[in-house]
Amino acid sequence: MTDKPGKVGIISCSGEAIPGGTLSRVACRKVLEDLRPHQSVTICLPLFIAGGEEERMFADLFPTITVDGCEKRCAALGTERLSGKPTKTLIVTEMLKEKGIPPTTKLRNLGPEEKAAAQAVAEEIAAAIDEILATG
Amino acid sequence: MDKTDKKVAVFACSGIGKPLGSVAREIGYELTERVRPDKTVLTCLALLVINDPDTRKLITDNPVIAIDGCVKDCAKKSLEANGAKLVRACQSIEFFKKHNDLKPEGIAELNEAGKKLAALAADELAGVVDELLAEEAKND
Repeated sequence: MTDKPGKVGIISCSGEAIPGGTLSRVACRKVLEDLRPHQSVTICLPLFIAGGEEERMFADLFPTITVDGCEKRCAALGTERLSGKPTKTLIVTEMLKEKGIPPTTKLRNLGPEEKAAAQAVAEEIAAAIDEILATG
Repeated sequence: MDKTDKKVAVFACSGIGKPLGSVAREIGYELTERVRPDKTVLTCLALLVINDPDTRKLITDNPVIAIDGCVKDCAKKSLEANGAKLVRACQSIEFFKKHNDLKPEGIAELNEAGKKLAALAADELAGVVDELLAEEAKND
């Protein structure tokens, strides 16, 4: 009998000061609400500092995907330091580059270009969830 | 920074699970882009999770406003845990209680009521920015 995980935890950097942070946040919500609502859960990254033992157990309870907006990788490093090693680490700027999508510049009030970029990132996250769930 | 160019560092929780987290984020933008653009700087809260040295310097050298979405107070607690100098904290739910006709909805995309609530909150926080900088000038 296999013991495959039922859900994957997604942790977004949500960086307020960078366009990639906004995209990470919007893309993660899209996954949670539309693309993989029954296969994904989330936790706010700063809760690892502010929360208690229960929050810090997050990466023990779920295989996790971190989604960072920039190369500082706050979500990946923070999750590893305070909760547990992420199963997969994604960086928005790298994903956009690989897909040939120009970097976005808006922090809020996203237009059609930014929304399309967020959709592309969300689809990558959804694919990563499928891969994790398939391999257990 | 010397006392002439000190700014108030603004951190929003940006909680990803509730509309009030999105309101906190929007208040941060309204405060730093529209209301007090020359006196404030918005920085990613997540940088405190990795103990980023530049961010630690920013919060120990300058007064700070923490804008949280819920009672867990992640922004405030993260700032205090990282030795922030002078933190004024608020929660977006406090502003909603005052303006309860403006019910925020949506997380990835905040509704118009949520945006209006954030704008009102930022207007109210303008006085806090001015106070913090005045205190800072007095203490230097």
